[in-house]
Amino acid sequence: MKGGSQATTRDSGQGKAPLVTMAERFALSKWTIKVAILLACMAVPLVVQSHYAMRVIIYIYLYVVLALGLNVVMGFTGLLNIGHAAFYAMGAYTTAILMTGYGLSFWWTVPIGMGLGVLMGLAIGFPTLRLRDDYLAMVTLGFGQIVYIVANNWMSLTRGPRGIPAIPAPRLELFNWKLVIDNYTSYYYLILFFVALTITACVRVRDSRVGLAWMAIREDEDVAAVMGIHLGFYKTLAFAFSAALGALAGSFFSVFQSFVSPNSFTILESVVIVTIPILGGLGSIPGTIVGAVLMIGLPELFRSASEYRMVAVGAFMVLMMIFKPEGLFGKKLFQTTYKV
Amino acid sequence: MFWQQLVNWINLGAMYALLAIGYTMVYGIIKLINFAHGEIFMTGAFFTWWFMTAFSIPFPVASLMGIMLATLLGVGIERVAYRPLRDAPRFAVVISVLGMSIFLQNMARVVWGAEFQVFEMDFGIPPILIGPVVIPFKKIFILVTSLILMVALSLFVTKTYLGKAMRATAADREAAEMMGISSNAVIVLTFVVGSSLGAVAGILYAINYNSIDPYMGFNAGMKAFAAAVLGGIGNIYGAMLGGLLLGIFEGAGAAYISSMYRDAVAFAILILALIFRPEGLLGEFKSGEKLKAR
Repeated sequence: MKGGSQATTRDSGQGKAPLVTMAERFALSKWTIKVAILLACMAVPLVVQSHYAMRVIIYIYLYVVLALGLNVVMGFTGLLNIGHAAFYAMGAYTTAILMTGYGLSFWWTVPIGMGLGVLMGLAIGFPTLRLRDDYLAMVTLGFGQIVYIVANNWMSLTRGPRGIPAIPAPRLELFNWKLVIDNYTSYYYLILFFVALTITACVRVRDSRVGLAWMAIREDEDVAAVMGIHLGFYKTLAFAFSAALGALAGSFFSVFQSFVSPNSFTILESVVIVTIPILGGLGSIPGTIVGAVLMIGLPELFRSASEYRMVAVGAFMVLMMIFKPEGLFGKKLFQTTYKV
Repeated sequence: MFWQQLVNWINLGAMYALLAIGYTMVYGIIKLINFAHGEIFMTGAFFTWWFMTAFSIPFPVASLMGIMLATLLGVGIERVAYRPLRDAPRFAVVISVLGMSIFLQNMARVVWGAEFQVFEMDFGIPPILIGPVVIPFKKIFILVTSLILMVALSLFVTKTYLGKAMRATAADREAAEMMGISSNAVIVLTFVVGSSLGAVAGILYAINYNSIDPYMGFNAGMKAFAAAVLGGIGNIYGAMLGGLLLGIFEGAGAAYISSMYRDAVAFAILILALIFRPEGLLGEFKSGEKLKAR
């Protein structure tokens, strides 16, 4: 797998773009650097005083989780999914409904939400196994729309467009020690924990046999099948894994906002999530993180022109595909060109 | 009551069919879905409405101008989002065209506002009674216009020289090029024909519902795509049949199951069709053959 394998990133990045090499050195080298990055991240609430800035940073982290989840399907396995907001919604509504209606603890709703997300991932992954890129995009788009419609209309469960308000703050209790996660600093540490969990999971799964199988499917499905990789199993697995991470982000969103409504899970939301790994470079974990910083952070700088945000996103998708389809940090993913 | 509703469903189906033809024609030539087709539908209606309200141009002229502008836009989409990526991986083209769709949709929102706009259209002709069924004139207008266009299209594709060139390119692009057919010209022609039909469908839709909004193209486009797949993508008659069936299914689903989930009916049909009969009702290729990756 010339130039295309992510699993051998620990050897030097010869023949790669300098940005890629730099990013890889930065993110995947010695443990001291990892610890330094983690400490730097943990120090953020001590430095940043403004609530607004904290909110933006927390949102960036939230989108890192979402985009890394999508990256599993789009970047590792090479399957288009333009309905990632469906998994996000699943996590958010599970947490919201179970916490407000049934008084369950947040820590229980996270695994339940992720489990339901996995079921949803299987439900979307299975019928789309045989579909090619453009069909897959259309079907996942439709699936995302169905979830939105259901959230909007199932009044008895989701309260429809009115949404579910007053979702309680998560609590941590260990013997006599209690912590209520209800301010920006504590939410920051909670999402930082989720981000760390997500990155670890993504890196480890990428470097495993499963990750190799996914990338083999991405590079050439037929060859992968000949090598004994069960296409159906691994594609569905990618959807399930991605869905679990999407639901995790949703659960956090639910308690952070303390309010969920279908409007947070529209098609446009899915499209924004899709652009993050594309900007960063499909399949690249550091790239996806940088992509989230740019895609979520930059619009905050141009808040006065917020109505143009989606216009810019659309134009950006076209221009990116024409001029730099591999993204900022990505490698040339598609070695073979497709000819009609 | 049933007949009255059936008229509405067939009307809806005729509009889906017109829109589905655009998907199926573009797919037939370049083997890719035109995600921005719904936006042509939307801009066709919006330009017409804009000419009618802002410049008080009468409907026939305004609609022609609207169709022309939307068609130009369709050609522009081909130029910007497809042509530079002609030899790029399919993945990249899908994302670029999807981006185009998002761009146009939100541009329309910025220019014309996100609210619903009233599309006023009164023919001044009283409704027609057939037994117990009351048919407003606009419904007849929609049905007749769609029928004429579909017949004209099938004549164009089967009887004219350009139609022949299109069919040749759809069948085998390289062989057609060797016969001296410029595939670029045929692709532009396909976008012109498909986009103008899509724009007409948008205007008819606006006449039927009397309201337009920048997001109308998204749902309608998804449904028309479902119709094209149901009928057999790449096949013009399939798109007509699929559109009609989808209109009836959606109407019947809304009437007898739940009106809240009417928009979900099309997606459910799309997924079912792709699982059980990916080549569609009038499909031309062997099961699954062209749907597989690469």
